[in-house]
Amino acid sequence: MIKPQDLLCPRPEGLYCAPGDFYIDPVRPVARAVVTHGHADHARAGHGAVLATPETLAIMGERYGADFAQTRQASPYGETVARDDVAVTLVPAGHVLGSAQAVVRWKGLTMVVSGDYKRRRDPTCAAFEPVPCDVFISEATFGLPVFRHPDDAGEIARLLRSVAQFPERTHMVGAYALGKAQRVIRLLREGGWDRPIYVHGALERLNRLYENHGVDLGPLLPATTDKKQDFAGAIVVGPPSALADRWGRRFNDPVLAFASGWMRVRARARQRGVELPLIISDHADWDELTATVDEIRPGELWITHGREEALARWAELAGIPARALALVGYEEEDEA
Amino acid sequence: MRAFAELLDRLSLTASRNAKLTLVRDYLATTPDPDRGWALAALTGELSFSAAKPAFIRKAVEERMDAILFRWSYDYVGDLAETVALVWPTRPGANREPELSEVVDALAGATRPEVQRLIEGWLDALTDPTARWALLKLMTGGLRVGVSSRLAKQACADLGGVAIGEVEEVWHALHAPYEDLFAWLEGHGTRPSPDAPGRFRPVMLAQAIDEAADFGRLDADAYAAEWKWDGIRIQAVSEAGVKRLYSRTGDDISGVFPDVVEALDFEGALDGELLVRREGVVAPFGDLQQRLNRKTVDAKMLRAYPAAIRAYDILALAGEDLRTLAFTERRARLEALVARLADPRIDLSPLQPFGTWAELAELRADPPPGDPQIAEGLMLKHLTSIYEAGRPKGPWFKWKRDPFLIDAVLMYAQRGHGMSSSFYSDYTFGVWTTGPEGERVLTPVGKAYFGFTDAELKQIDKFVRDNTLERFGPVRSVRAEPQMGLVFEVAFEGLQRSPRHKSGVAMRFPRISRLRWDKPPGEADELATLERMLDQMERR
Repeated sequence: MIKPQDLLCPRPEGLYCAPGDFYIDPVRPVARAVVTHGHADHARAGHGAVLATPETLAIMGERYGADFAQTRQASPYGETVARDDVAVTLVPAGHVLGSAQAVVRWKGLTMVVSGDYKRRRDPTCAAFEPVPCDVFISEATFGLPVFRHPDDAGEIARLLRSVAQFPERTHMVGAYALGKAQRVIRLLREGGWDRPIYVHGALERLNRLYENHGVDLGPLLPATTDKKQDFAGAIVVGPPSALADRWGRRFNDPVLAFASGWMRVRARARQRGVELPLIISDHADWDELTATVDEIRPGELWITHGREEALARWAELAGIPARALALVGYEEEDEA
Repeated sequence: MRAFAELLDRLSLTASRNAKLTLVRDYLATTPDPDRGWALAALTGELSFSAAKPAFIRKAVEERMDAILFRWSYDYVGDLAETVALVWPTRPGANREPELSEVVDALAGATRPEVQRLIEGWLDALTDPTARWALLKLMTGGLRVGVSSRLAKQACADLGGVAIGEVEEVWHALHAPYEDLFAWLEGHGTRPSPDAPGRFRPVMLAQAIDEAADFGRLDADAYAAEWKWDGIRIQAVSEAGVKRLYSRTGDDISGVFPDVVEALDFEGALDGELLVRREGVVAPFGDLQQRLNRKTVDAKMLRAYPAAIRAYDILALAGEDLRTLAFTERRARLEALVARLADPRIDLSPLQPFGTWAELAELRADPPPGDPQIAEGLMLKHLTSIYEAGRPKGPWFKWKRDPFLIDAVLMYAQRGHGMSSSFYSDYTFGVWTTGPEGERVLTPVGKAYFGFTDAELKQIDKFVRDNTLERFGPVRSVRAEPQMGLVFEVAFEGLQRSPRHKSGVAMRFPRISRLRWDKPPGEADELATLERMLDQMERR
């Protein structure tokens, strides 16, 4: 009788597949790695061989330079790469551009490693596809019933209302450089904002990469010019860490906005001095997590990172055996 | 309900007063009657529901979801109303979302069991957690979104383009949902009559005197001087059986001062200072503070901290408006009234005779024995001045006593809010004392976040960033050693003993008066210096 642990098991380096001799999203350099998506805590430089979607490889190349691993193998969505008797298929996860679930099959056993994922529409990446499996390995970043992300168009509408209400101020939107920033910009375009959006220098290369992959971000201008410029009434997008810092001082009486699932909890917003929290997340909220597990109905649920205990409790109540893997090294989104 | 929820949501995270005014004004301008009126009543604290208790709300949610998941959620969020609003498992088939006025109307006639059913139905109907949060905040009282009733009235004044005094003057004749107020402000109705008995009259405020400029041109013979008492400014009104005590912003504080209200045995309106007074002697401000910001008061409190009025002006008497009379004429009426009342709970703020400004300056520097010793300074009032709402330039001046000064060492800095959120602008400072091992250590004695210029703020911010020891969220601890650190000259108005502070003392109104880059921290003041100041204040 094969046990799931024979196929995948947690190790300090990350989730390890012994029959295929590779790690999934290892947090330390290893010989062979499957990388689900380009966020720095999942995609690190210095591995021997990396298998990922072409988009994720492009993102890693942009962030770490072309030689981020000794060899790189691109595996588009839906294609299966087999070695020995282990087959790996990357399937869209809906998290950011190129993000994938790793579907690992071995001797009739199917395990799905979700990576980070969300279920709602995102104009900047392919939508999550549920895959029937024996073991579903889920993230649980927002694994508490309090995290319920609202409709993102409504959040953008609030931002635009605020811009109209305070035309003399600058709206500074903190958004994680990979994925969130481009999604917020794209959503602003969909919301009818066609004026130039000012962006922090740290976003420029990834914005270009998204545009090269067919995501139209509209007119963007650098917000890093030294010239005295009037940013009244403007929308500026930058990484969260920069907004509350000295960089942010060049702007007129700024309204600090922050696009993150954590903004659901007021104390979090207050703690960061955020005046306009935008609850826009690239992670599944509580309802999406539970609906996904309910839809897939795996034989077993494993939970990798986030608030494992609450999702495990929910699964038990729903009659699905669950365990927390307590993998270390994955950060809370936007906490840096 | 959505617009009201968005308003509360934004207000609760907005620090700037101007931005808050814009938010409230825009809400009032775009929301129809009667919803906006109920919202205004909620913001000014004039709406309260007693039937909805937090315990019930908790029970209702636990009937719908796993108690353990709820407990973990509550532990994480920390606020019951917010937690319930977020986790509420809605049942399908609920009604459409209620408007604010429907909520108010329904609650007005509901019994307690009915209220519980209503709330559950509304929570089901409100699909947006922010709207559920706003509903629960409204139900359980205490919006706590950082809006004073004065700010809400200012927003009304902004809406109508009138002075806030005009709104304050009619305010107490109005009732929620204030349709007549909005009709007047928007120009399609007449101004509501301010002639309600017991109403508040907008107060007259003093300018701070500019010693260098003003004394040269002001005629000492044209001004009366009196001590500036260290209590709170109040207006005591008694008309046609309506007896009320108002704060200077028009908040009705009668409820917590029944002892004072009982003494309002006249027909008119007095302006004065509320103080705690025992056997005729004024107690320090800290004693009065024991009675402020409370919802109720008990007999023990009334005995321990007896409150009284020290009257300095009279605005109405026996149906006559006295505000257009000269100061001397009002003063004569006031003196006659106080003498007739002969009640120890209402005495007169005596005038302080003086000849020249120089003579008055000496009195201010060295006040006579008794209550003036703990006065905040002096008030100067022009003898012919009428009682004019607002802060007119010229008729009244305040001349505060020089502040106390100490040199203290910067220990912790915290990020500011709103406009200054990129700066470390809130400072905790300390003075030297003896540690458990007999060593010399700093102990925090206060916190200040103003008093410096923008240029100085930049310098301090740079110092904080360059000399950070540890970070705790938005707070940084800063190097503070005998030879390395930053010394502030701190100005403050008074000291109190405080068991809540580790150092045992609390400062009143501390602010940074100078940066002492030249002074090594080792030469900053000792805690013993503050203790000596405190002893002197208490021995007076």
